[in-house]
Amino acid sequence: MYRYDSYDQTMVDARVAEFRDQTRRRIDGKLTEDQFKPLRLQNGLYLQLHAYMLRVAVPYGTLSSAQMHALADIADKYDRGYGHFTTRQNIQYNWIKLEDAPDILADLAKVEMHAIQTSGNCIRNISSDQFAGAAADEVVDPRPYAELLRQWSSFHPEFLALPRKFKIAVIASETDRAAMRLHDIGVKIVRNAAGELGAAFYVGGGMGRTPMIGPLIREFVPLDQLITYSEACLRVYNRYGRRDNKYKARIKILVHELGADEYKRQVEEEFAHLLTLGIEPPLAELERIKTFFVDPPFEKSASDDLDRSDPDFALWVDRNCTPHKQPGYIAATISLKAVGGIPGDASAAQMHLMAELTERYSFDECRVTHAQNIVLPHVRKADLYALWQQLDEAGLATPNLDLIGDIIACPGLDYCSLANARSIPVAQKISQRFAETGKGDMLGELKLKISGCINACGHHHAGHIGILGVDKKGTENYQLLLGGSEGADTSLGKITGPGFDEDGIVAAVETAADVYLAQRQDGERFLDTYRRIGMEPFKEALYG
Amino acid sequence: MAEPFSGTDTVQFRFRDDEAVDHAAVTVDAFLGQSNASAVRIEPGDDARALLPQIGQLRLVEVNFPSFMDGRGYSSARILREAGYTGELRAVGDVLIDQLNDLRRCGFDSFQPDQPLDAEDAARAFAVWPEVYQPAADARIPIWAKRHGH
Repeated sequence: MYRYDSYDQTMVDARVAEFRDQTRRRIDGKLTEDQFKPLRLQNGLYLQLHAYMLRVAVPYGTLSSAQMHALADIADKYDRGYGHFTTRQNIQYNWIKLEDAPDILADLAKVEMHAIQTSGNCIRNISSDQFAGAAADEVVDPRPYAELLRQWSSFHPEFLALPRKFKIAVIASETDRAAMRLHDIGVKIVRNAAGELGAAFYVGGGMGRTPMIGPLIREFVPLDQLITYSEACLRVYNRYGRRDNKYKARIKILVHELGADEYKRQVEEEFAHLLTLGIEPPLAELERIKTFFVDPPFEKSASDDLDRSDPDFALWVDRNCTPHKQPGYIAATISLKAVGGIPGDASAAQMHLMAELTERYSFDECRVTHAQNIVLPHVRKADLYALWQQLDEAGLATPNLDLIGDIIACPGLDYCSLANARSIPVAQKISQRFAETGKGDMLGELKLKISGCINACGHHHAGHIGILGVDKKGTENYQLLLGGSEGADTSLGKITGPGFDEDGIVAAVETAADVYLAQRQDGERFLDTYRRIGMEPFKEALYG
Repeated sequence: MAEPFSGTDTVQFRFRDDEAVDHAAVTVDAFLGQSNASAVRIEPGDDARALLPQIGQLRLVEVNFPSFMDGRGYSSARILREAGYTGELRAVGDVLIDQLNDLRRCGFDSFQPDQPLDAEDAARAFAVWPEVYQPAADARIPIWAKRHGH
């Protein structure tokens, strides 16, 4: 994985010093809260309902064991002994004191981590495929390109006061595991007909209150123009993105209002100009970064056999493990979705254990997924049973990846000052309900996503089943959506009809699941059945 | 490069040696309609590129920041510098300590904040980054160039 050189370390250390000074000026009253807010946000610090929340960047979701240990230590030292892994592959802490924040950032800097631009109207942490470097179907490891973009976007002086936040995802597989087209910019590394690597740019996707699937703006940007093209995309947005209405300020609205063709024309014009300025790092820099992402020393003769005699283990392998490009290896997903638990939460003890297992079994590297789980990407199949036993003992071997219990949920009204409704109790009730009835296992792949407000941090638009919490005359109410997806077949869910109360939404999800179980044909997932039979049979069962 | 000086009624920091323009800046519309002004003020919604055909006659461009949260002025500044403008580029309005360095990197060389800034805090802010990751309108050498011996 990428390691800082003295330049990277200098930048992160300078940022810690800068934020310490800004915090001092805030506490001394030299900065008003309005002036301080964007500064703290660009260091990941939100003021939530009960306390400050600190969001720590995990660039493209990759962590070493030392970093995971450090995250656990922060949970113990400054929070209440746990952390929450997020849908953008980051981690956030919910009970932070403002005066501790500079010390936490200093602790992070010691393990080459930071909270830079994890919030605010700037280019955010760059996300990627959790199986990068392990997936059998990738053209190339996407992370060096994400790292190149990370450095370019860090403290970019022109783009720190954008109309609104800006999220970039980078993938390099046909199968999209990062919801790439639901980002402000989705970059897909591809090969052209001549076999050269380049980047396809999808611009103007997003969720929130106006979900949009990002249109393809350019099929092929050569690798030695990647940064220049990104700069052109951002400059057009910075100049012309709407600033009159917060809810219309994301780039998706600009691209939609201009039309993809006109946006593209403006970008191409700016790009032609920027190409003359020499702002692109040399390819040697990309090559330097790539050396950090070479394959770990796989054992070439590792056995491909697995002893599946323990049925619980076999079930977990089938559900939670993903084929690896290297024979004899497998990628294992640790579910942070225990039945009745809080999706994405991990205790300090669990983080320490995951760190130890990362070091012992996965070449000292793990990943955070956008579905709020942890991946050990490079596990020798011969070690898999031992790994599973240790996970199982710690309550980390729930065999439910991509099942209805593998719920994505935002923090909701339990923590978030924007939320209209709670997400966590709904997720807990649904996972308990489907575990008790055994239906969760019968349903197969069914992605359930819950947002506690229209900002859609829980990706409800992209759930096979989505739930949106709203405020209805002062009480929490939940809308049901069906038919969303975030993969290569990205689609946006549709609302079924009138909303439900908390118990009602749990029952409604069960009703929708029952319609699928009654109507499904061979091999169909919930999403396939929905797409075949449409909304009506579900409406009939829900409201008829 | 001159040391920044403090304490004037209007321009608090100026990184230039030449004489400041002594007449008021006109709006972009007025500038485009008259031929002899040498000072113009850009508002956030103005297109900086509209000035380029007459850029040679300008000695002062003020870029107004009604709110420090509106970052359009950063792009305006870079566009003017990229087009070869060498005159004074002044950030005016809601200009705060923690934006000074970003403004400087985008090509501003004078600063006229609505509220006078603490000189010590400002000096620290101008020097906040020992290195930079990307080229901008200033002369700073990005980290990638240093890594590869450029």
